Amino acid sequence: MNIDTIQQRLLEEVADLHDIPEGAYNLRANGKSIGRNTTANIDIQSKPEGSGIDIRVKDGTKNESVHIPVVLSESGLKETVYNDFFIGEDCDVLIVAGCGIDNCGNQDSQHNGIHRFYVGKNSRIRYVEKHYGSGDGSGKRILDPVTEVYQEEGSTVEMEMVQIKGVDSTERTTLAELKEGAKLVVRERLMTHGEQHALSVYKVSLNGDGSSADVVSRSVARDTSYQKFDACIVGNAACSGHTECDSIIMDSGRILAVPSLEANNIDAALVHEAAIGKIAGDQLIKLMTLGLTEAEAEEQIINGFLK
Amino acid sequence: MLELNNISFNIDDGDGKTEIIRDISLIIPDNKFVVITGPNGGGKSTLARLIAGIHPLTSGQIIFDGTDITNKSITDRARMGIGFAFQQPVRFKGLTVLDLLRIASGSKISVSEACDYLSEVGLCAKEYIDREVNSSLSGGELKRIEIATILARDVKLAVFDEPEAGIDLWSFNNLIRIFEKMRQSDKSRTILVISHQERILNIADEIIVLADGKILKQGSKDEILPDIIGTQYASGVCSRIE
Repeated sequence: MNIDTIQQRLLEEVADLHDIPEGAYNLRANGKSIGRNTTANIDIQSKPEGSGIDIRVKDGTKNESVHIPVVLSESGLKETVYNDFFIGEDCDVLIVAGCGIDNCGNQDSQHNGIHRFYVGKNSRIRYVEKHYGSGDGSGKRILDPVTEVYQEEGSTVEMEMVQIKGVDSTERTTLAELKEGAKLVVRERLMTHGEQHALSVYKVSLNGDGSSADVVSRSVARDTSYQKFDACIVGNAACSGHTECDSIIMDSGRILAVPSLEANNIDAALVHEAAIGKIAGDQLIKLMTLGLTEAEAEEQIINGFLK
Repeated sequence: MLELNNISFNIDDGDGKTEIIRDISLIIPDNKFVVITGPNGGGKSTLARLIAGIHPLTSGQIIFDGTDITNKSITDRARMGIGFAFQQPVRFKGLTVLDLLRIASGSKISVSEACDYLSEVGLCAKEYIDREVNSSLSGGELKRIEIATILARDVKLAVFDEPEAGIDLWSFNNLIRIFEKMRQSDKSRTILVISHQERILNIADEIIVLADGKILKQGSKDEILPDIIGTQYASGVCSRIE
């Protein structure tokens, strides 16, 4: 498998991959699949039209992982990829996705990953998705992912979405539908700087009794960047939902938080919280009395907040 | 040694200037346990914050170990060995107790070293080391973590601003034990505590009574304490802890 040093660095950033991963994987670089492995329980097939992959996990698959990172290091490349995950019943798997773009040219590079998850009864999946951009070209690095999650009875999905650096523009959409007893936990961490724009939209429908969702976003907007967090939880059954947006603004950063709840059942218990503010002066002073400079204190506070 | 030479601090509250600290001169010798007491609004906490560099002086000079630190920043003073424990400890979302102790010690101390500092302030290290320093911790727990950060820094001068504020009686008894232990420690360390607590005043080498921005009395514990006991300057536990 041929990957250059830039692609290797991107892979490390988005998937913590320093070597070929264990278990099932599909590595995509500059629009092509450059490496794939399947296991007895996890199959990966290209879609007939070449626009993505189908990942099928057999019933009862436990403690296995699937890595499907994407790297783009050619300027001007634009692609939309459809990845569908069919997770059987009673599974417990880790899925690591993520996209790294290095753009040193003057044309925009864009990757749109459309991920659909069909999660079988009583299965548990942990999904980690990191986005990262680098390169000093004037061309933008754009990522517009769509994640759709369809959860069967008793299933659990934990999603960790991280975008800390270098993505100029992102519009993330996450849709989820949960049946009885299903549980969705989302932890989103986002930092924007320069003139970056980031939109994050969630619509979670709790359709079955006993289903629950916890969607929490922590974000930092620096320089003149702009973020919009728009999370809606819809309770259509006896369910519980919580959404929280906790943000730090710095410099001339701007954030619009629009948490919303819709209860269509008398037994739906839904909560939202949103807080936006700059770093508290006392926090800076406290760390300065421990010997840090103001800039070091700021960095520690942000690192902790986004950890 | 800490020397305050004719220091004053005014604030402009819109209706003109208010003098908070009025021309105070004071010497705090090395390796002493000094308690500053006095009525609320008398300028005690302001004085502590002036020493840490949190507010700039209006006039006067502060000398620490022979160096003029009047114009030095909070960071510079901290690096010279001045520690400051807040009256209301600051909370941080995401930073853990271990993170804070590592920042305080200035090096990547091991988990077991960090645990030693927590044990010194009476916290079960295992239970707290990975906790976030956020609102899930009680006032007493935060206070003790605050003190642990001072211990981890190994400072030459430790300033505690009303350590008894906002804690319950049980935590207060623990706090006294921690101060007694620090007092008996063979580390060369000067401890300056802002407090009206009789039990804290009782372990002082020296007591300073501050009122209306000025020093009212100053001397050894034996000289000062009998005069102020039972007054608002030296109150018992029950009258202060609610």
